[in-house]
Amino acid sequence: MKVQTSDWELTRDALLNGKRPGQPTTLLNPPQDDDTAAQQEIVFQREAERRLDLAVVRERLSGKEGPAFWQSLEELAEEPEFTELMAREFPRLAPEMTSVDRRGFLKLMGASLAMAGLTACTRQPTELIVPYVRAPEEFIPSLSSFFATSMVLGGYAIGLLAESHMGRPTKLEGNEEHPASLGSSSAMAQAAILEMYDPDRSQTLKYRGQPVIWLAFQQALQNALEAERQTGGAGLRIVTESITSPSQAAMMQRLLQKFPQAKWITYDAVSRDNTRAGARMAFGEFVDTVYRFDQADVVVALDADFLNEGPASIRYARDFATRRDALNHPEQMNRMYVLESVPSLTGAMADHVLSLRAQEVETFVRALAREFGLDAAGPDLHAEQQRWLEAIVADLKAHRGAVALVAGERQSPAVHALVHALHDALGCVDKTVVRIDPVEARSEIQHEALRNFAADLDAGAVKTLLLLDTNIAYTAPADLALAAKLESVPFSAHLGLYEDETAVRAQWHVPMAHFLEGWGDARAFDGTTSIVQPLIEPLYSGRTIQQVLAVALGEEDHSAYDLVKNFWQSQGLGEGFGSRWRKTLHDGLLADSAAAPKSLRAATHYPAQALAEEGLELIFTVDSATWDGRFANNGWLQEMPRGLTKLTWDNAVLMAPSTAQRLGLSNGDVVELSVGGRSVEGPVWISPGHAAESVSVSLGYGRTHAGAVGNGAGFNVYQIRSSEAPWVVAGVSVRAVGRREPLATTQAHHRMEGIKQRPIVRVASLEQFMANPAFAHYGVHNPAEDETMFPLYDYSKGYQWGMTINLNTCIGCSACLVACQAENNIPVVGKEEVANGRSMHWIRIDRYYAGDLDRPDVHHQPLACVHCEKAPCEPVCPVGATVHSSDGLNQMVYNRCVGTRYCANNCPYKVRRFNFYQYADETTPQLKLMRNPNVTVRTRGVMEKCTYCVQRISKKRIAAERDHRELVDGEVKTACQQACPTRAIAFGNINDSQSEVTRWKASPLNYALLGDLNVRPRTTYLAKVKNSNAALSNGGAA
Amino acid sequence: MAVDPQFREQALGQVGDMLAPGQTFASIDQDITGLVLNKKAPKAWWLAIFVSGILLGFLMLAISGLMFYGLGIWGINTPVGWGIAIVNMVWWIGIGHAGTLISAILFLFGQNWRVSINRFAEAMTIFAVSAAGLFPVLHLGRPWMVYWFFPYPNTLNMWPQFRSPLMWDVFAISAYVLTSAMFWYLGMIPDLASMRDRAKPKIQKVLYGIHALGWRGSALHWHRYEVAYTLFAGLATPLVISVHSIVALDFATSLIPGWHTTIFPPYFVAGAVFSGFAMVLTLLIPVRRVYGLQHFITLRHIDNMSKIMLATGLMVFYGYLNEVFFGWYSAHEYEMYMIWNRMTGPYAWSFWLLIFCNGVVPQLLWSKRVRTNTIAIFCIAIVINIGMWLERFVIVVTSLHRDFLPSSWGMYTPTFWDWALFLGSIGFFAFALLLFIRWVPMISIFEVKEVVHKMEHKHEA
Repeated sequence: MKVQTSDWELTRDALLNGKRPGQPTTLLNPPQDDDTAAQQEIVFQREAERRLDLAVVRERLSGKEGPAFWQSLEELAEEPEFTELMAREFPRLAPEMTSVDRRGFLKLMGASLAMAGLTACTRQPTELIVPYVRAPEEFIPSLSSFFATSMVLGGYAIGLLAESHMGRPTKLEGNEEHPASLGSSSAMAQAAILEMYDPDRSQTLKYRGQPVIWLAFQQALQNALEAERQTGGAGLRIVTESITSPSQAAMMQRLLQKFPQAKWITYDAVSRDNTRAGARMAFGEFVDTVYRFDQADVVVALDADFLNEGPASIRYARDFATRRDALNHPEQMNRMYVLESVPSLTGAMADHVLSLRAQEVETFVRALAREFGLDAAGPDLHAEQQRWLEAIVADLKAHRGAVALVAGERQSPAVHALVHALHDALGCVDKTVVRIDPVEARSEIQHEALRNFAADLDAGAVKTLLLLDTNIAYTAPADLALAAKLESVPFSAHLGLYEDETAVRAQWHVPMAHFLEGWGDARAFDGTTSIVQPLIEPLYSGRTIQQVLAVALGEEDHSAYDLVKNFWQSQGLGEGFGSRWRKTLHDGLLADSAAAPKSLRAATHYPAQALAEEGLELIFTVDSATWDGRFANNGWLQEMPRGLTKLTWDNAVLMAPSTAQRLGLSNGDVVELSVGGRSVEGPVWISPGHAAESVSVSLGYGRTHAGAVGNGAGFNVYQIRSSEAPWVVAGVSVRAVGRREPLATTQAHHRMEGIKQRPIVRVASLEQFMANPAFAHYGVHNPAEDETMFPLYDYSKGYQWGMTINLNTCIGCSACLVACQAENNIPVVGKEEVANGRSMHWIRIDRYYAGDLDRPDVHHQPLACVHCEKAPCEPVCPVGATVHSSDGLNQMVYNRCVGTRYCANNCPYKVRRFNFYQYADETTPQLKLMRNPNVTVRTRGVMEKCTYCVQRISKKRIAAERDHRELVDGEVKTACQQACPTRAIAFGNINDSQSEVTRWKASPLNYALLGDLNVRPRTTYLAKVKNSNAALSNGGAA
Repeated sequence: MAVDPQFREQALGQVGDMLAPGQTFASIDQDITGLVLNKKAPKAWWLAIFVSGILLGFLMLAISGLMFYGLGIWGINTPVGWGIAIVNMVWWIGIGHAGTLISAILFLFGQNWRVSINRFAEAMTIFAVSAAGLFPVLHLGRPWMVYWFFPYPNTLNMWPQFRSPLMWDVFAISAYVLTSAMFWYLGMIPDLASMRDRAKPKIQKVLYGIHALGWRGSALHWHRYEVAYTLFAGLATPLVISVHSIVALDFATSLIPGWHTTIFPPYFVAGAVFSGFAMVLTLLIPVRRVYGLQHFITLRHIDNMSKIMLATGLMVFYGYLNEVFFGWYSAHEYEMYMIWNRMTGPYAWSFWLLIFCNGVVPQLLWSKRVRTNTIAIFCIAIVINIGMWLERFVIVVTSLHRDFLPSSWGMYTPTFWDWALFLGSIGFFAFALLLFIRWVPMISIFEVKEVVHKMEHKHEA
């Protein structure tokens, strides 16, 4: 993909001749309701700048302090000038803003672009349309441009490329240059675009729920901090999430210098405290570990879902998959053992997986450590665990220096420390693991810091509180009861994307700029500095953390851009800054900025294991859709079937079949979970593979101020989470309350049913594969191509598109599913419709269980339209709305479709999706802006399905035709293929003998799903190969 | 020729008479035209039209809801794209088989007993096929685009897709409904002329006169009529077979286990005749009692129709056995599972109920005592109607809900709106039929007279 130079500076200079610094580029005039207070603010602010009305106001106010100040502002609002100002400005703006259709949008865009340089900050009336006399550089209508940016999650950056259509970001892709992405992305990264356009986002700066202006906030914050100055900031607290951003960190540092008594608290609900404490236990200091799974022959995951969670999961999944290449390098296949309490996607990828209660994992790790001469006393293992231990020890010893052990966040610090020590003992350092200085700007045991903060709140020591991009009122553990305490702080201000649980408890709420709207920077898991580059002016005049900190520091009101740029200019990038900065923006990262490896040795002696607590164990898990709750209002993520449960729109109390049986519970039974005197109610979901006598619940639901989408979905388990044991707590009681709550799942059948098992996912062990490479074709009828009465169509010419999906590397992460949704304007249907069996996803990740109910093998199979050459859907359509193209696509003509649904009935794969209602939102202006302009938005009564991203094919094909050349392999990428972290999807021209997809299809592993029906699908699968350990296979544990 | 009431009563008890003896041309004219012209509508008629009017209201509600909200108000979903709308369509079309079969095929075979029931059965056919026609239109995602089904010249240069069985349906059903309607009307012309002649009020005279198309009963008219009627009967006969065969092809041409079956066309036709006769009996038995038509519709008719039901019922049952046998004999994973799922899956109740209704209950018809007991026949006919509806439910829903990939399996539960449309279609059918009974001679007067004429000659001989 061609990355275009994203030099905003040049564009700015071209556009904003003579514009005073600090004013953001107007690339888009956001649509807003005429009565939004955000607009009030803009208007007021601009008027103030021009007419200096506010100078008078400020003067009047300056003599007053405290609460009276605000009363007087409200009174001021009644004054004639003010009222007149509002009344006059509003209606004039209203008509151009209320409904922005495509034409209107383009007009506005053209006008604002062309006029921006002349007019600075005054919005022009729509009547004055100026054509592109001087078109902005690289701004070609109908063609999209790509800009490098970064998404920050849990503090860490994931490098992305954002696709921009006429100034609107419409799609995010991974940045191939970026170490945390390598061109791939995750479901959350894919859904970030919806988050940005979310109409429920906070749109207005508010004081006690009333809309106010930015100037008022600046003044109030400065006044509050002025009062703090006398005590050196003893009453000042700043709460953020983990921060890796160098520019933010530098500003925080300056702020703490200015207020030496102030405290900065970092808190993530998805806490890495155990990792930090483990490193401190092993090394005496905080250290980050970076894995190189591509170097590891043996991987042992200890309750760790490293393929799906954490800041490096996309990279780790890629590295891991390079060693699962049964196609080209079967001899180099790695072997993974997973010991886990809650079934995870990593466990589903394992060659051997053992279900253990979370507390038993430590016992196992200690036994493992003792085998390698470490001092780590602990209880003895059970016979089955001992068998496992022996097998793993033998394998580890055989692969010294090429093994990687990963401890999950919910495991105790001792487990993390022992893993460090084991890496030392096995000679893995700088081979499979690299130790670096912490990437985050401030490493601390966050729950401790939060407890101290709660104590300070209780003591009334907190006078001024800044809550920057954090929702602690919702995410803080229940034992701290922070939500109620926040309200007693004399001055509190919250910066956030949403007017969330914390915003309503703070006095001030400032809308935050989304990462696609505001400048910033952050570091990736390996320390690489990444730039957060906006694609659009803030839709709702959001501010970045840096902008708020600049106010707090009393610095000049810089633009977010200047704050970031000036910081980097001061960071030794001074010499030749212009070109280096441009390159940094273009690449999305600062070249060679990864952290240097650190040489350390872990301690070898550890105190004996604490006695395991008895009773049913409760585990808190990170939600694969809502994370810690921040994505609760994101419909794409809410509707994404969760990796293993295939639940949507809800969390649930997961438990093993045996536990459910003992407790007499079945799916959907509501239970009350009580622990430590607190309780919460939620429905049960039976999860095969879950550790027995252990239940798990995921964070991130039961929101009350998430927005229209997220409110009320699921139940809030923060209500029973404690700061002492945020991940695992024993002694929970589960009581059925005698109520049932329906849960919406997209897959109700988990077995490859049948009198014989149906040959859907075909699996063999590595030995079987070596002995019989064509195992996938045994016992299956594959009709010959000419088994037909009709003449065959000649597909030997031109481009013939085909796809192959490697089941061996598919981790079931659903990035493809959300990417498809973003690319193809697929609507969200809601929980009820999902339960009705009407979810609209064009690609679904089928998940099958095989074998033992308590510890089944898990197989994922992504399935979209397979583009049959003899498509059964085509002949049955009475109006010819689904037809075949000459390049082998099974096409859907929405305009012609009358909706008989015969095609869907006759599809053996059931991959066609029908618009039973008007699912697509055709009215919300923000969502109109978000859509991919190259894909039709479907109406009620029309069938739809995977198109192989025909718009992408056409775009590239047209470009190639213009250049009089053939498309080369890899030029056309489907959305699912591009998003896939493990590169499990190959797509291309099957007439090109050199293309990747052709090579995959030539493999003996290649098979057609339901090939015996002779529909001849263009999408085929590579059968799965497991690298089982004979020592464990015999016991039937695998 | 005076009618001896005692003799008439005795005759009614005798199976084998297609008319009670003692009928004269005058009494026949009197009796049948009198139902329309002289008698006030009986209370039962008012009650029936009231109830069917309410059901017709349901139809309006169901259609309005459908147009306003969209197909989502039904219970259909992704594996089960067709629900009871299609079940109802097939059921109604099946019902619509009896009329044309009686009037065309039995006419060609010279079965004179048909004359008392053919008019009524044909009317039933037309209304049943019209009711059936509602569903394929309403079940479309965008019903306002239904004209795209027809090959009309247009600037888009778009034609329908002739390979689709739904396209064949359009032609088969429209040809059937047009032919049936014309056949019915043609057969009614002489009677409409009688009505014109006997009607007293001016308005009735005019209206019947217009519809009698100037029939004067001349020998030439009768000659033309006989030729036309025979030709029509010849034309309608293959349609009786083709329409349901083609509806069967909607399923048989697909590849879904449970649909993909070559036995479907003949088996659907047998099923259609089976359900058609069941519906004729369901309706005629009460009408006969309410209007006192025992002397026209005798036990001989009921007995004959029951025999046809028994025969077609056995054919249908043979079809069921065949499906099960070939499911097993195919040794095909998906076919075998489909049969197993029908018998033991979540919709097993519908399969076993179907076997009871269509396989077990009709065996009672072997007994002559049952066949001549109108109450028993009425009950059996109702059971068969239910059974035939279930048969289509089993075929449509159980086949779709679990096909090839277990990941896509689902369940289907009809909603209020599904049922509202079904009840509405019953209301539409009943309402139309009641109007027919009220305004048109429901028994063919001149054909009955022909039979009387023949009977008299037999007596003389």
